Amino acid sequence: MTTKPEMTAAEIASAVAGGKMSALDATEAALARIKQHDTILNSFTDVTADRARAKARATDAEIAAGKTVGPLAGVPFAVKNLFDVAGLPTRAGSKINRDLAPAKRDATLIERMEAAGAVLVGALNMGEYAYDFTGENVHDGPSRNPHDTTRMTGGSSGGSGSAVGGALVPIALGSDTNGSIRVPSSFCGIFGLKPTYGRLSRARSFPFVASLDHLGPFARSVTDLALAYDVMQGPDADDSACTTRGLEPTLPLLANPVSDLRIAIAGGYFQNNVFPEAVEAVGRVAKALGATQVVDVPEAARARAAAYVITTTEGASLHLDRLRKRPNDFDPAVRDRLIAGAMVPAPMVDRAQKFRRWYRAQLAEIFKSVDVLLAPATPCTAPKLGQVNFNLDGVELPVRANIGVHTQPISFIGLPVVAVPVPLEPLPVGVQIITAPWREDIALRVAYALEKMGVASAPTPRGL
Amino acid sequence: MAEPLDDYIDAVSKALALPVEEAWRPAVRANLEVSLRLSRLVDEFALPDETEPAPIFTV
Repeated sequence: MTTKPEMTAAEIASAVAGGKMSALDATEAALARIKQHDTILNSFTDVTADRARAKARATDAEIAAGKTVGPLAGVPFAVKNLFDVAGLPTRAGSKINRDLAPAKRDATLIERMEAAGAVLVGALNMGEYAYDFTGENVHDGPSRNPHDTTRMTGGSSGGSGSAVGGALVPIALGSDTNGSIRVPSSFCGIFGLKPTYGRLSRARSFPFVASLDHLGPFARSVTDLALAYDVMQGPDADDSACTTRGLEPTLPLLANPVSDLRIAIAGGYFQNNVFPEAVEAVGRVAKALGATQVVDVPEAARARAAAYVITTTEGASLHLDRLRKRPNDFDPAVRDRLIAGAMVPAPMVDRAQKFRRWYRAQLAEIFKSVDVLLAPATPCTAPKLGQVNFNLDGVELPVRANIGVHTQPISFIGLPVVAVPVPLEPLPVGVQIITAPWREDIALRVAYALEKMGVASAPTPRGL
Repeated sequence: MAEPLDDYIDAVSKALALPVEEAWRPAVRANLEVSLRLSRLVDEFALPDETEPAPIFTV
């Protein structure tokens, strides 16, 4: 059996476990696709071919010996280059971090993926220090959108979006502080899960904003997303924010009906500054789910502002010494934002954190009467690489500042979200399926229903 | 001509030992203006004195 470019992780794992395909063949197929297409996509910064082949051979040996293998046996995956990969310096999209000593141990989530049988094939391009919504990188060059290589992948997990959107690997991991999983999912036409804050361990990943950082998976199908999410759950003493809640597997619940769910459309702020394609995408999803109720999310603009303030100040604090010692080694745009962040008066940060608690209470109230909120993942489809402004209803707006306007007020209070791709022409765009804390199962269930209805799907990459 | 925020940038730069080269100043100033505008939006929202910060979101 040979691998097809768009075999899902579930299909690969089933074929490998069933002896129809070797883990090594699955790995070689991924490595070949990376070699063939990544000169264009620029999604990988490191390809760990030797390590991958060794892991695949070990899996094949286990199968030959009659041992039980994990649910991701032989499935190639890759990680944003802010995850520690043993033997590599964790560059986090920067020039400066390349001088770090190689990591001694993998990030927790890599360990858990590999414990389930998955095969790490490399590390992925990203915006410098994750302070980015474009997927562009001045040091490594931009990752490119697999549906139109002249366009952005979205950031900061741009390489993750490009690698999965381009079907180089079926699963990638990334991080989301203000939208960095949901934005590339939207632009690259794939599924992405930003779990509840604290749900997945961030141990041995390079931070950005400790109180907002989340890690999560990308995939081309909801089943694969749930598979990856389920194997990565669990407490971890190495991440102080990681929950001690027990495992809550979502895969067995995916096919449960959604007809009992109370699904509403986020109104007000979430319906402003939106291009027609994003309106169309939310409309298609709402119609398919029979959702007509519109719920206003109070003070979402202020929530976005508070997230911005916390991000720029915590980010500045993290990088303060590097800003002093190596300012010329930063991407100038990142450096200048961080320096400005260091100059924001402290009371403003405290007020932003207090507002956060107030805002969280408002959303908790909303989730007493609804189970799901629908909102755009991005205001538009992928802009051109290097594009500075876009024109919305005759008004020129800066691209960078507006890409994440609909994601920031959600991650601000850590709510779980599945970004689902709506395959519009000529480019896909994502919709956020937002639920109450710890209800990833519901968000994944709704995403699965949309996939089965044909409303959400990862389009075949046409830019390759 | 000096911009309104320039004295502030100079003072904080000195206090934090944070270099701001002249070539970077316009971009730093522009970013600071955005950060302060968004800070004001948060600041204008009245909250009870008893409100606790939520630096880590947990449930």
